[in-house]
Amino acid sequence: MDNAIVRTLRGLGEKVTSRVWRLGYASRFFLAIILHSGTSLRRINLTIREIYFTGVLSLIIILVSGMFVGMVLGLQGYDTLQRYGSTEALGVLVSLSLVRELGPVVAALLFASRAGSAITAEIGMMKATEQLSAMEMMAVDPIARVVAPRFWGGVISMPLLAALFSAMGIFGGYLVGVQLIGVDEGSFWSQMQASVDFREDILNGVIKSFVFGVIVSWVAVFEGYDAEPTAEGVSGATTRTVVTSSLAILAADFVLTAFMFTGL
Amino acid sequence: MSRTTLDLWVGFFVAVGLGALLFLALKVGNMASASSGDTYAIQAKFDNIGGLKVRGAVKSAGVVVGRVAEIRFDPEAYVAVVTLNLDARYKFPRDTFATINTSGLLGEQYIGFEVGGDTAMLKAGDTIKKTQSAVVLEKLISQFMFNKAAEDGGKK
Repeated sequence: MDNAIVRTLRGLGEKVTSRVWRLGYASRFFLAIILHSGTSLRRINLTIREIYFTGVLSLIIILVSGMFVGMVLGLQGYDTLQRYGSTEALGVLVSLSLVRELGPVVAALLFASRAGSAITAEIGMMKATEQLSAMEMMAVDPIARVVAPRFWGGVISMPLLAALFSAMGIFGGYLVGVQLIGVDEGSFWSQMQASVDFREDILNGVIKSFVFGVIVSWVAVFEGYDAEPTAEGVSGATTRTVVTSSLAILAADFVLTAFMFTGL
Repeated sequence: MSRTTLDLWVGFFVAVGLGALLFLALKVGNMASASSGDTYAIQAKFDNIGGLKVRGAVKSAGVVVGRVAEIRFDPEAYVAVVTLNLDARYKFPRDTFATINTSGLLGEQYIGFEVGGDTAMLKAGDTIKKTQSAVVLEKLISQFMFNKAAEDGGKK
């Protein structure tokens, strides 16, 4: 009886300590990436290669889902707005919800599962096959050569992908609202332009997506670098990347929204 | 895949992404129509501003000629003091009449200018003397109901 309680407490304490330990390690790792990112900017080809793998290859999923999200917003928004007889505000509804919230958040969630998991698996496999150790043997710093370019590739790709998602979503909303349902095209665009502010709405959305890019890329490279060098360890790390970065995105979104859109 | 093809794709991606940002800024946002030119500030006092908000439009003859810059409460006269930033290209007579109007039945509220006949023009820092407050729907309805009741009472 006593033993069971002691064991439970010990297990609990160990879990908490190991979480805190990992958080500290991750923070130190983040600093190391920043310090070593000079190389990835000097050898820009390394970063460009990563932008290709994280950004360009995510284009299809981002564009198609943005389109569908916008189309759904168009349908649902029209259904609600027509009860109040203000269907001309459909453009405002679609564009504000995309630019402020859905664009950055959904694009970041897709990015985490499409690109983040791939980064983790790649770095994890490099570790499992001892390529990282081999680099260290050759006096090549794996953080500068492998980790930092992937991190910056993700950070650069994310705001572009989010902007594409929003633009595509607004186009989808336009297709459904104006072309399919028949909302007046003039008021769709003019009301949108009248109520979407460049600094307040669009720039804040870009800042959001930049922060999400940092979060996803950081979690992805850290989980890969910290993965147990076994097949099982890599698969666990990949899962953790998606779970951790998704939760972190949603939590950070709440904090950022509280700062940006409610503050007076 | 050779390096050059890869560069081409990344260049394409970055160009499309920046294009999407530009689309958001110009077509979706109001960056294109935002008046970046010079403005001058004047004030107007209202008994009741209704739902007027900062950044609301100032219109004359239906054309946007400025924006609401600041709304504050004057604790001595118990009125709302609204600061307006007007486009420097447009000058208005001193006796311009400022009203708070609503676009559509439930739309957002804006300040409308009805131009007077004075030869002197408003300068920066001036205060508009003639204003009309926002129409409060409840007051209007109750007025209508009382009138109706009074009419009915008079007939009997």
